[in-house]
Amino acid sequence: MYIALLICISLVLANVVIGVYSERKIAAFMQDRLGPMEVGKFGFLQIFADLFKLLQKEDIVPALADRKLFLAAPCLIFIAIFAGFAVLPLGPSEYLQGAKVEIGVFYLLAIVSIDIIGILMAGWASNNKYSLYGAMRSVAQIVSYEIPLGLSVVCVVIICQSLDLQEISFQQGIFSPEENYLFGIKALGIDVTQVGGIFTWNVIRMPFFFFLYIVFFIATLAESNRAPFDIPEAESELVGGFHTEYSGMRWGLVFLSEYGMMLLVSFLGAILFWGSWNTPFPNIGFVRLADWTSGNSGTWVGIAWGVFWLFLKAYMGVFLQMWVRWTYPRLRVDQLMYLTWKVLTPISIIFIFLSSIWRLLMI
Amino acid sequence: MLTDFGYILLFIITGIVFCFVILFVGKLLRPSRPNEEKLSTYESGEAPEGNANVRFNIRFYVIALIFVLFEVELVFLFPWATVFGNKHLIEVTNGLWGWFALAEMLIFVGTLALGLAYAWVKGHLEWVRPKIQTQDFTSKVPANLYENINKKYEK
Repeated sequence: MYIALLICISLVLANVVIGVYSERKIAAFMQDRLGPMEVGKFGFLQIFADLFKLLQKEDIVPALADRKLFLAAPCLIFIAIFAGFAVLPLGPSEYLQGAKVEIGVFYLLAIVSIDIIGILMAGWASNNKYSLYGAMRSVAQIVSYEIPLGLSVVCVVIICQSLDLQEISFQQGIFSPEENYLFGIKALGIDVTQVGGIFTWNVIRMPFFFFLYIVFFIATLAESNRAPFDIPEAESELVGGFHTEYSGMRWGLVFLSEYGMMLLVSFLGAILFWGSWNTPFPNIGFVRLADWTSGNSGTWVGIAWGVFWLFLKAYMGVFLQMWVRWTYPRLRVDQLMYLTWKVLTPISIIFIFLSSIWRLLMI
Repeated sequence: MLTDFGYILLFIITGIVFCFVILFVGKLLRPSRPNEEKLSTYESGEAPEGNANVRFNIRFYVIALIFVLFEVELVFLFPWATVFGNKHLIEVTNGLWGWFALAEMLIFVGTLALGLAYAWVKGHLEWVRPKIQTQDFTSKVPANLYENINKKYEK
């Protein structure tokens, strides 16, 4: 829908404003500093100052660079990430989902992978050794972590039997079209459809999903090139990695897509595992906490509650990513490859079997 | 009315338009004063040597090959995942459908897992590790010397 399109483009822009400011403040808090304080009260206007600075900076294209590829690469990265927002349901309304395609999450994984081409283009076209090394590392990393990411998404699809993210969302709450049983097992016979809240979230419907979420979270960190998986742009050895030669707003686009990607994967994690736009509070007897905090389906109040819960969960995910960044040191290349191929991939293959057996117990 | 894939196209077009608009605004505001130093390739302040056509570790290609294998597996897993637990099909076949589909996929994924195990055993997943340099120098200063000094000044 057109409304979702407008929301998404402004969300990507607003997110970089919120994201950069909060990242700098969180970093400062964790390192016992003040962070930006000069521009505006508590440095609120710092990001706008940065934005105007970026817009005024000269757009330098190195003489040895492959000009056309060099200019196009950041745009390709941004378009790939932005197109991923098309299938996200931002709330319990058909107007809040860009495109109601049935292949939803499959499309999302596919289109977001295109940013690898953009990164390789940027690194190759720069004709700079740092850039090329950064790009090659980045591609090897994103490509490797795509496997555990994809496998963990398949596990959720097996449980939910749908690729449409809105349908997956509806299944995880009191508006579910089918009955939900405690821990998903029908044989237990405890019907929690009307209880709702956290008991119908995917992490409880399939209790092992909490561990799968850890796999998913690590893989998405690597996908968005965030620390501790930021060896593609390890500043102490590669200066800036694939975007060493970029300047001005073209560099700004790379930055915008990094924050966009952070938000996108946080949304995806919240939708697939943490109950999407459903409330965390269950109905207990006459204390109808779930009913009170979800409103009626389809009304303005219901939509507002849904949007509130989903954004809260997504930004919790973003906060978690920032927290991890300022807590763990960067991984070495060999540790990186060890983690994905020898730890995460075998674990997620085991989870495929575990969740398919669980699904058979659910019916 | 647009179809659903039409909306996806609309998102992509919006992305392209957004890039053009923001770069155009930048173009209006920014200066353009190139000179030879500014346009040279950045190599930490040194004069750049040659271009970036350097040799690569062969491991990158091996990783890419293994990735293609698993990506194909993923592509096949997605359609399977959406029909395998289908309530109607399971009821019609008396529960046989689910277990049969599961066994089939077990063989498929098992074969690929075997491939991963092969690559693992053959050492294709190993990355070149930096050598940790150790020194066999032993200090002549005994370790308890510092302790004694600490004790001496401890009040």
